[in-house]
This record gives sequence, C-alpha cells and structure tokens, in this order.
Amino acid sequence: MPLLWTLTIILVLGAVGYVLGRRKAIASAGGDTRLLHSLPGYYGANAMILTVVPALLVLAVWLIVQPLVIERSVTSLIPATTVEEIGSRSLVMTEVRRLAEGIDTAIEVGALTTGDARALSTEFTDIRARLGEVGVALGSDVTPQVLVAAQEYRAMKATGQAIMTGVVLVLAGLGLAFAYARTHQEFRARNAVEYAILSILLLASTIAILTTVGIVLSMLFETFNFFELYPWREFFFGLEWRPSFEGGSDLGLIPLLWGTLYISVIALLVSVPIGLFAAIYLAEYASRRLRSVAKPLIEILAGIPTIVYGLFALITVGPLLRDYFAEPLGLGQSSSSVMTAGIVMGIMLIPFVSSLSDDIINSVPQSLRDGSYGLGATQSETVKQVILPAALPGIVGAILLAASRAIGETMIVVLGAGAAAKLSLNPFEAMTTVTVKIVGQLTGDTNFESPEALVAFALGLTLFVITLGLNVLALYIVRKYREQYE
Amino acid sequence: MTDATATAAPRPHGAGSLLAQDERTRRRNKAEARFRAYGLSAVIIGILALVLLLVSILSNGLSSFRQTFITFPVMLQAERLDPEGNRNPAEMAEVTTFGYLPILAQAFVEHVESLGIEHDVGLRDMAAMISDEAPAQLRARVLANPDLIGQTIEVEVLAGGRIDGFFKGRVTLASAERDRNVTPAQLVLAQALAEEGSMETRFNWSFVTAPDASGQRPEAAGLGVAIVGSFYMMLVVLALALPIGVAASIYLEEFAPKNRFTDLIEVNISNLAAVPSIVFGILGLATFINFAGLPQSAPIVGGLVLTLMTLPTIIIATRASLRAVPPSIREAALGLGASRMQSVFHHVMPLAAPGILTGTIIGLAQALGETAPLLLIGMVAFVREFPAAPPEGLFDAASALPVQVYSWTQRSDPAFVERASGAIIVLLVFLIIMNAVAVILRRRFERRW
Amino acid sequence: MNDMRVTEREVDDLEIKMKARNVDVFYGETHAIKHVDVDIRDKTVTAFIGPSGCGKSTFLRCLNRMNDTIDVARVEGEITLDGEDIYDKRVDPVQLRAKVGMVFQKPNPFPKSIYDNVAYGPRIHGLSRNKADLDEIVERSLRRAALWEEVKDRLAAPGTGLSGGQQQRLCIARAVATNPEVLLMDEPCSALDPIATAQVEELIDELRSRFSVVIVTHSMQQAARVSQKTAFFHLGELVEFDSTSKIFTNPDDPRTESYITGRIG
Repeated sequence: MPLLWTLTIILVLGAVGYVLGRRKAIASAGGDTRLLHSLPGYYGANAMILTVVPALLVLAVWLIVQPLVIERSVTSLIPATTVEEIGSRSLVMTEVRRLAEGIDTAIEVGALTTGDARALSTEFTDIRARLGEVGVALGSDVTPQVLVAAQEYRAMKATGQAIMTGVVLVLAGLGLAFAYARTHQEFRARNAVEYAILSILLLASTIAILTTVGIVLSMLFETFNFFELYPWREFFFGLEWRPSFEGGSDLGLIPLLWGTLYISVIALLVSVPIGLFAAIYLAEYASRRLRSVAKPLIEILAGIPTIVYGLFALITVGPLLRDYFAEPLGLGQSSSSVMTAGIVMGIMLIPFVSSLSDDIINSVPQSLRDGSYGLGATQSETVKQVILPAALPGIVGAILLAASRAIGETMIVVLGAGAAAKLSLNPFEAMTTVTVKIVGQLTGDTNFESPEALVAFALGLTLFVITLGLNVLALYIVRKYREQYE
Repeated sequence: MTDATATAAPRPHGAGSLLAQDERTRRRNKAEARFRAYGLSAVIIGILALVLLLVSILSNGLSSFRQTFITFPVMLQAERLDPEGNRNPAEMAEVTTFGYLPILAQAFVEHVESLGIEHDVGLRDMAAMISDEAPAQLRARVLANPDLIGQTIEVEVLAGGRIDGFFKGRVTLASAERDRNVTPAQLVLAQALAEEGSMETRFNWSFVTAPDASGQRPEAAGLGVAIVGSFYMMLVVLALALPIGVAASIYLEEFAPKNRFTDLIEVNISNLAAVPSIVFGILGLATFINFAGLPQSAPIVGGLVLTLMTLPTIIIATRASLRAVPPSIREAALGLGASRMQSVFHHVMPLAAPGILTGTIIGLAQALGETAPLLLIGMVAFVREFPAAPPEGLFDAASALPVQVYSWTQRSDPAFVERASGAIIVLLVFLIIMNAVAVILRRRFERRW
Repeated sequence: MNDMRVTEREVDDLEIKMKARNVDVFYGETHAIKHVDVDIRDKTVTAFIGPSGCGKSTFLRCLNRMNDTIDVARVEGEITLDGEDIYDKRVDPVQLRAKVGMVFQKPNPFPKSIYDNVAYGPRIHGLSRNKADLDEIVERSLRRAALWEEVKDRLAAPGTGLSGGQQQRLCIARAVATNPEVLLMDEPCSALDPIATAQVEELIDELRSRFSVVIVTHSMQQAARVSQKTAFFHLGELVEFDSTSKIFTNPDDPRTESYITGRIG
C-alpha cells in the first residue's frame, strides 16, 4: 500500500521535525531554556505542524480530485457507439474501472506480469477467462474500446499516484526545512502553534456547514437529473404513485404527502395532549418524589430507537387495532395502517413534547404564579389562564419540532404504515409516506439512471425542505420566547 | 369566560363564612380535580405505553435466547463421506451438505426406532424435523476433524423452526393442521422425544455469536455479524465525532468572534440536529458511495454517516459543559500569564471532560439505534461472513444490530418475529449499559460551583 | 403629629379583622417565625418593619396561606379572619385569598391586556353578571389604583408594556378588583423610583378607607408615612407592636430603638 507508506513517511518526518526544532531552539539559547520566548516543546510542535499539516492537506485534496480528473479524461476516450451498446456512460465507466482493478489484482497475485498487462489485447487473449482464473469476475466480454480506456485509466492512475507521492513528500521536507530555519531563541513559537491549533478548531467547526452543503448538493444534483427524465409538474401535482421498472411510471408526490401528513396529524393528536398534560402535571402538581420517578420513566421513551417502535407497531399495535377496531367496525383487514403508525409515533413523541413543554413551563417566572394565587385562583385556573398563555409561543415551537420529527420519521412508518400509496380518509387502511418510498426506491439494486431511483432524491429534497422550514420556524419562535424572560 | 359572567349571583361584600365552601368554589374545585386527573392520567398513559412496549418486546423476544436441540448418535460412513479413503480434507470437501443430509436423516430415523416410540410420521417428514442447518454443522465438524469418519458420534443438532416453535408455544397442534410446513404428527413425535430426553430446549449462545441464516432456517439465525458491524461503526463514530465535535465546540464556545460566520455555524448545527435521519442516509449514498466510491454495506460508510448525525449532539453537549465552567477559572489562568489556548486546554477542558464524555456516550447510544440511514447505504444486505479485523475489516460487508431487526421483520417465517424481538433485547441491553455509564459518570463527577 | 394621634385613637376603636396568636413557621428545619401575636384592625394600615431576613415577609404570606405553595413550609398557631381560623381544614385557600388579596414586591402583570389583567380576579370569582358589570369593575378598580386616567385609552394594550410604577399600580388595581377585605403588600415600592413610590404611597392611604392594609417595608420612612400601626420583627421574633408614632418616637424595646436609629439593620 503505497499510500500507507507515504503517510508513515510524513509522520516520521513530523517526529523528526519535533526533535530537531526543539533541539535547535535549546541550542540557540545556549542550553538555558529560560531565555527562550516559548517553552521548548512549542518549537518542536511548530516544526512538526509545518511538516505534517500542509503535506496532509495536499494529500487529501489530491485524493479527492484525482479520480474526478481521470474519470473525465478517460470518459472522453470512449466512443459514442460503445456507450450506446452498453447503455449509458456511467455503466461503461463501471466496466472500465472493474477491468482496470481486475488487471491490478491479477498483477498482485502474480497471474500477469506488468509487461503482460501492458501487452494485453482483446484479439489474442480471452481477458475475461484469464481474469476469471484469479477470481475477478467480469460482467461481459471485453471490447477493445473498453480495454483501451482501462489501460489509459491504469496509466493515469499510476502516474498520478507517483506525482502525488513526490509532491507530498517534497512539501513535507520543505515545511521541515522552513520551520528549522526559522527556529531561534526569539521566535514566537507558542503563538505560531496556537495559531495553527486555532485554524484546526475553526476547520472542525465548519464541518456543520459542509454537511449541510453536502446534503443540499447531493440531493439537488440528482433531483435535477430526475426532472430531466420526469416532468416536475407531474411529480408535484400527480395523484398517482405507480412505479414500474419497465418505464412509464406514475410518480406523483401527492399521495405520499397525504399519507405523511395524515400519520403525522394522528401522531400529534396522540402526543400533544398527553405530552402537554403530563408536563403540566409534573411541573405544577406532582410531588417531588413522583416527579423524580415519572419524569425519567417517560424520558426513557425518547431514548428507545425507532426500530423498536417499528417492531412494536408491527407485532403488537397493528394486530391489536385490526382485531379490536378495524375488523369489527368493518373498516379494513390490514394490520399496517395510518392509525397503527400514527399511534405508535405519537407514543414516541410524548417525551419529546413533554420535556420541551416542561422546560418552557418551568421558565415562566414564579412571580406570575404567585400573582395568580394571590388573587385566589386555583392551580388549574392559573395554569390555563396565566401559565399556558405565557408559555404558548414556546409550546407552539415544541409542537412544530415534534411535527418535523413525525414527518421525517422512517422506521415506524416502514414497519407500521404499509407500502400502498393511497389517497383515502379511512385511518385503518394502509398508506405510505415520503420516507417509506425513499427507502423503497433506494434499497436493493438500483440503477441511478432511472427516474424510479432518482425520484428518491427529489422526495428527499422535498422532505428536507419541509422539515427545515418547520425547524427554522420553531427555533425562531422558541428563541424569541426565551429572550422574553431572560 | 361566559360561565364566569352569566350565572353567578351578585355577592355582597364580605358575605359568607370561610368555613363553608360556596357553590361557585365547589364548582371550581371540581374543575380543579378534573384537570388534575387529566394530568395524572397523561402521566400514567405515558408510563403504561413504556411498560406495554417493553413487555411486548420481552415476551416476544426472550425465547430467542433458548433453542431446541435434538441429540442422537450418527454413524459417519466412510464410503459416503470420504470416497477416496485417505482422510484428506480437501478431497472430503467435495462432499457437499447434500451428502450429509441423508446420513443425518437415517441416523435420526434409526434413533427414533431404537427408542421404540410409536408414531405415524413419514420418513421425509422425519428428516424435515431436523434444521436445514444441521448437515452444514456436521460437515464443518467432520472436515475439522477427519478422524471422526468411521466412528459413531453423538450429535446435537438444531431442531427445525416449527418444532422449536412448538416447545415455545408458538406452534400448536391446532395451528399445525393449517400449516404446510409441519404436521401434527411431527409435533406428537417431538413431544415423545422430549420425554425420552432426546430433544431439549435450552440456552443458546449462538443467537448472539452466530451469523445470520437464510429465510428457511430461522432457528440458526444469529446476531454475530450485526454486533461486529455495529461495534465497528461505533469505533468509527467515536474516532471521528469525538475529536471533531470537541474541537468545534471549543472554537465556538471559547474563541469564536460574534459575527455572521459564527452565527451561520450555530444555525447549521441546531438545524442538523433536527434533520430527519433518512436524509443523512441519502447524503451517505450520494457522497460516500456514488461519489467517493466506498463499498456498499461497509461499516466505514455507516460510521461516517452516523458521525455526521451524531456531531450536533456531541457539539451541543460539549458546549453546555464548557459553558458550565465558571469564567473565574479562565480568568485565574489568564491572570497568571497563560495564553487563552493554555487556559482552555489546561484548565477548562479537564473540568468539562465528564460532561463531554457523557454527551459522547449519549450520542453513541443514539447512533447505535439508528436504522433508516443504514438501509440506504446497503447495510440490509445478507451477510454471513464475519468482517476482518480493523482497519481492513471496516471496508468489508457487515450488518448492524438495528438493521438486522429490520431485515428479520421482512422475512415470512413467523419465527423471525421472535428473532427480531430478541435482537432488540440485545440492542436495548447495550443501550442500557451505555446510558447507565453516562448516568454514573454524571453523578460521580457532577460539580457545583 | 396631632392629626396622626387622632387617627390612631380612632384606629384603636375599629374592629379587629385578623388576629394571629402564637404563630410559628418552619422552613424544613429552620424556625423562621417564633411565637408571633398580631392584631390587624379593619380600615387601618399596618406596617411590618425589620432588617432583611427577619421573617416579616414570611409572616405576611401566612396571612393568606401563600406559604401553602412551598412544600417545606409548616405553620403552627392560630390565625383568624373575622374570628374564623384560616388554617382550619374546611377552609379553601382559594376562597381565603379572594378575601385577603396580595400585591408583590416586583410588579408581576400577566402577559395579557390591561383590561384582562384587572378582569382576571372578577372573572375567576364570578363577581360580574355581564360585560357591562365587568367593565364597571375594571374602571372602578383602575380609578381606585389611580391608573384610570393614564390607561383608559389603551385598555387592550399588554400590561407588560407599562412603566414600573404603572405596572405596580396595575397589580394593585388587579388585587382591588376582587373586592378583598384585607390587602397584603410585600414591599410594593422596592422596585420603583421615588416618584412612582410617592404615587403608590398616596394610593395606600386612600385604600385604607375601604380595606385593611398590611404592608411589609424595609423603609422606615415609608412605614412612618403610610401606617397607623407598626410591628418590628427581628430574627423571626415580633419585638414590638404598637402605634406607629410610639414605635418611631418612644419605643419600649432597646432593639427597636437601635433599628430606628440605624444601629442594626
């Protein structure tokens, strides 16, 4: 593994830099470390940072950029006829990559020499069979064009690798030399090191932004691809969801959105009253002992993974609802239903609503309660007419956050709601949601060229935008509310 | 407000004794009691839901830790298992599990005969009482020790899923009437064998250690690969999320100037904490697999996705514990001539460490239970091979505990419901341990200034 | 001084509205109030003075059972209102507080409109038959609190938007609106500027014509200005209780004198 070796060499150079920097600093002060500007360790650290960090940064960037460059130039080598033959450009590239890797493996196990590999040609050798011998399975026979592309791919990769190793090592050496030259009694090593550390800290904190950008970009690109294959109007306003892998699918968002909202509304109808009343009871009425037992118990519900709720819906709640409500009432025979998923999701959201509301109710100042009691109000009158109105913005924020949770929840609906996209009012019927369909379209073998797979990205983006809107609104309301009492 | 204004008679000032409640006070107190009752019932409903959830999982899942085994002697005929006769494992491997099946079946039939049990089970149905996994186990045992050939050995093999279900109460004589996979006669025979001591249901470690098994043999399915996969992912999350999260928190809490850029980061973090987990799965699929070309089903990809998901949790917890360190500590260090960096790393960090650790464990616990994003990056794949040791193993295919639960729920054999519930018990045990450690840390190091 | 003597003599003839005998208050293990006896007369301003932490506010909160909301607080002894023990099991604190209103140290208007703030008490106690009745109660209470002229054009504006002095007068109007018989005031001016304080003090003097007022204050000048009777508390004990002029000119107890002259406090 040459990459591993490059890394090791860089790290060793870094260690050398530390020792050299420290030694030179002490020497420059005539052995009396008190005369140095900074502690000796800082001079060593300075040399190490200058050796390792720039080299590693270049290495990382190179590793990301190189495949992109190679991919592009190799793709241009493939004639359009070959593309048509195999299907799509990305399929050809998969073929090319697999062949190139296959040849590499063959060389590694010794089935081919480097010279043999270069001399490979489709006319004289059955490459597929030869690679098959060393355990590399190719999907189809190798065409000359693909072989040429694969050879070019290998060559570029090898040169790229070599140049990269050279550049990175030289950079490490230069950094070491520069730091060594600068090391002197008067040099402000501590400031330099701290500046470097600060930069690393700053870099770490930008990950949050990068993640958001990554989320948006990854979905945006594929969504654009999707809208090239499928009209956006039919996606957003279509009333039918009927994917078929032979083409001609109906991919309308409305039935999925309907299922999502229906289930979320039921979940909120369960969780908001229970959560809110539980929060009020625990904050205003419960004795300290009851509170110390009941609050953590309810909060356990928040720590349980959603897959557990999903299984609970599937094996307990679903059959229960079917046997005792749906079938006797003649409303359906399905154990997965909007009701099942909604109730279980409601249970999941109880602690979410209750602990947020609890915080908010507790942040209503005691003086307001005193004022109300002092006028002869009962506790419930105080709660209903003074505390809740005062806490209302915060509670609305909490409910919006819960709604965003409900809309984005996946496992409960995958296991509890069913897979049939339907526009129906009957809550005991199986319906499906945006998240269920994202899972459905993207698990298993997927062809990322077909609208049936790409639609998942459009669904994901829709989901992201809806939940983001709710979150921003909720956080804004909650923040405004907090400011009011600070 | 209408009730307040409409009915009440005008009350003269100062009338009425304190010792008697007037009509209105009585009504108000009733409303108070009702309100209180609503509150109390909400609390009770919440707790009942928790109890029902746990009881449902436990009652369905505990039995997966027990399994039914059949014990009987088998004569390992040399001519069938080692046709060449030179005990060379490589040649013996030519005999597939289909070669072992009839030997086992025959031995079982003979064993039943030797016990003198009367039954009306056909030969084919008798063989079907043994798990499909049994020949493979026997073959592995023989290949590991070729000297066994020619001997009669006592084997202990898994009973089929329906037979196992019979001893666990899942399958009854009545249900067997309607079941194509089992006959009542088989169950009667199983009962008789159990009375003779040849069939026994007991604790089954391999549920935790064995790899997954195919949909036809639920009795052999285990969680081994899933536990290893989850463990690898947690390693990745710990190695990435902790340093990045702590670094980001230190910057934001201790050094960041108040400006637009910092605001942007803050808003991003609080929003990421509320982004649906499945969106992170899409991110992982698009960037790590389709763009960066990392392998599907690999713990490294799962770990990366879960890292991005866990970061906001860790950052929020770390910032809270940094904020809890009073400014006087920082000022004391700065007053002695330490730089801000030194004051943070020498004085603030050690004091905030317990809080950071607690937040990290809670973040890890969240990540451990997360399922949806892993479905999208191919962790649902059927994996029977244990991944290699890290770091290479991080790139091998593996499963994960919560995903294993999901894939078992997708299989038709009802025995997998028991398996899935059992897997959840294992998952919950891990979560309880992690949360308990977090609570203990918090109690132990809780500091009040 | 002469005027004051006259009113005080008159005061002593008025009926006793509330009577406390041998009251002890405990906060958990702490013995906060020790054997206190006090008579609160009708249509009189009674001031409780004393250094901070002496228990005067605690005792005030016993008079309408506001201490009930604190779990660890325990009250022993007897407190009566019109001869009825307010700690009797049959007494509903809600009914008691309608008769014994309270105004707090910090103005605490509810986050509602000015109108709704004042109407809150009458609504929960059902004191009005219709909207017109309620309007009248609100106007009357605001007039009594000397706030009507300032807010009559913006009754729908939030009460929290008023100035500190106005807020406190709104709270007084709110308390007055429920028609209490006794009005307890816990340092009602401590958060106000001097002008607002003067307005509130003037108001207290007017309120005396209808209610019995008990005011806790840490300002001796204020006690001297507004009250007819003064009780001096020190370390949880009632040191001296007498007419205000007596306490401020010729106290019996040396501790009272020390406090009045500024040696303790």
